Amino acid sequence: MLTKRLPDGVEQKANEVRNEAIRKMLRVFHTNTIVFFTSIFVILEFELRKIFHQHSEILFRSLQPILWLLMFGQVISHEIIMNEKIPYIDFLTPGILAQSVLFIAIFNGIAVIWERDMGIVQKFVVAPIPRSAIVLGKGVGSAIRAVSQLIVVYVLAYFLDVNIDWSFFAILGVLLFVILGAILFSTFSLVIACIVKTRERFMGIGQVLTMPLFFASNAIYPIAAMPTWLKTVAHSNPLTYEIDALRAIMLHGTSSTYGLGFDLLFMVFIILILTFIGSVLYPRLAR
Amino acid sequence: MDDLIALECKALTKRFGSLVAVDKLSFSVQKQDIFALIGPNGAGKSTLMKLLTTILPPTEGDAFIENISILKYPAKVREIIGYVPQLISADGSLTGYENLLLFSKLYGIPKNERDKRIQQSLETMGLSTVAHRYVSEYSGGMVRRLEIILAMLHNPKILFLDEPTSGLDPIARKTVWEHLALIHKRDGVTIILTTHDMQEADYLCNKVAIILKGKIVEMGDTEKLKSALGEDATLNDVFIKYAGNSIEADHAYKEIARRRRTESERGS
Repeated sequence: MLTKRLPDGVEQKANEVRNEAIRKMLRVFHTNTIVFFTSIFVILEFELRKIFHQHSEILFRSLQPILWLLMFGQVISHEIIMNEKIPYIDFLTPGILAQSVLFIAIFNGIAVIWERDMGIVQKFVVAPIPRSAIVLGKGVGSAIRAVSQLIVVYVLAYFLDVNIDWSFFAILGVLLFVILGAILFSTFSLVIACIVKTRERFMGIGQVLTMPLFFASNAIYPIAAMPTWLKTVAHSNPLTYEIDALRAIMLHGTSSTYGLGFDLLFMVFIILILTFIGSVLYPRLAR
Repeated sequence: MDDLIALECKALTKRFGSLVAVDKLSFSVQKQDIFALIGPNGAGKSTLMKLLTTILPPTEGDAFIENISILKYPAKVREIIGYVPQLISADGSLTGYENLLLFSKLYGIPKNERDKRIQQSLETMGLSTVAHRYVSEYSGGMVRRLEIILAMLHNPKILFLDEPTSGLDPIARKTVWEHLALIHKRDGVTIILTTHDMQEADYLCNKVAIILKGKIVEMGDTEKLKSALGEDATLNDVFIKYAGNSIEADHAYKEIARRRRTESERGS
């Protein structure tokens, strides 16, 4: 501790300087925060306007959950005997919701590569906005697309007599995990796009990655049915935790295996890591 | 540093492995100049452009834009430059107006100024009547003019253009030149462009630098360079003198494929 007292004028001056420095720091922090969030919203607005102009895209996307639930689900549910306490079609519904969200999210990478082949990525990289805002904005854009799948799956589930929890908070919870899932996998897709850089390679790798993500998860069968090595893979797969949460919240009489809090934290943690990697890699796309 | 200088490069170098794309370049550009970097493909023009627009970090050396170092403060540099990439940078699935609106938001232009600025620029560039059409329906020249507005929305101090008229037909090319000259006159912005079109450099630029294998082999006033070679000398003669007849140097297959695809997407 400084015990020697400084002359009054000097101390006052020092205080002023210090306060001014703190004020300046706060101002910079404040401006940066505003820029960060506005940038996310503007990038999101780009995506929203595109969805609005081409709403047929959303319509075609809804075919996938319809096929899985009506064809695969209907047929398999007659044949399969599960150790779970719920009918197979109930078990399958949250899995198919997560799968549709995953497949939509994976398209983010293709869109990013498309924007690279034009010069749009360069334009974004030269703009005075944080790169993490671009990455997250694109993720939230995917989430909006994913919400359309949520509506389709709920409508189907109603007609298939799935034991849905229709309470407001249940739907809100499902929405939250659908949004997190979309942000997570679209950012994952963006990271892959930044690494492979060309459409052809992305198409190949995209397939190779989405199918294992899907099959090494609890989407269409319980993890308990898996061999040990696959269980290990499934337990490090974020899709497993998304589906665990969706299944617990969406249906009546189900509970989470890992705990909703853990599911949430795990996903947020992975999103943060992917956003960080994405922000570092994204500018490389422009080179 | 001199207040009249817009850009100063100091031993700016970029190496990719053993390839030296930009080789210890030191030069400066005065404010309000229209400055052309001319050279064949692979001469290092685009790499230099990417260094100056902070897309690529330099291997060595530094450059200062309005006295701000691209090495130390790339984020600050981005606030005061405008950039029109060689590829299409306007989003084809949105209208021209939407592109302008969203980028003006990204650049933090205040709400009450946005519309006025957009409308004025659309008028200057002759795009008012097509503002609400999808950019994918624009002609190549219209897309370029829109991109110039996009790059100028935030009143940058320097506008960088990478081969602004490559792939355009002669009429569209001329319109883009005229509008660039108009913008230059209106805003007094410093313009730095790359080109391998001598006519373009001759029409637009008061200063040119000939760049070969990452080095500037000659630089100066367009008029002086020409008159030094004789009364009727063209910029093409100047280029041939310093560079040999190499403007049509071998294009890489990838480059050609990419350019053709872009051109067909741009609809020119």
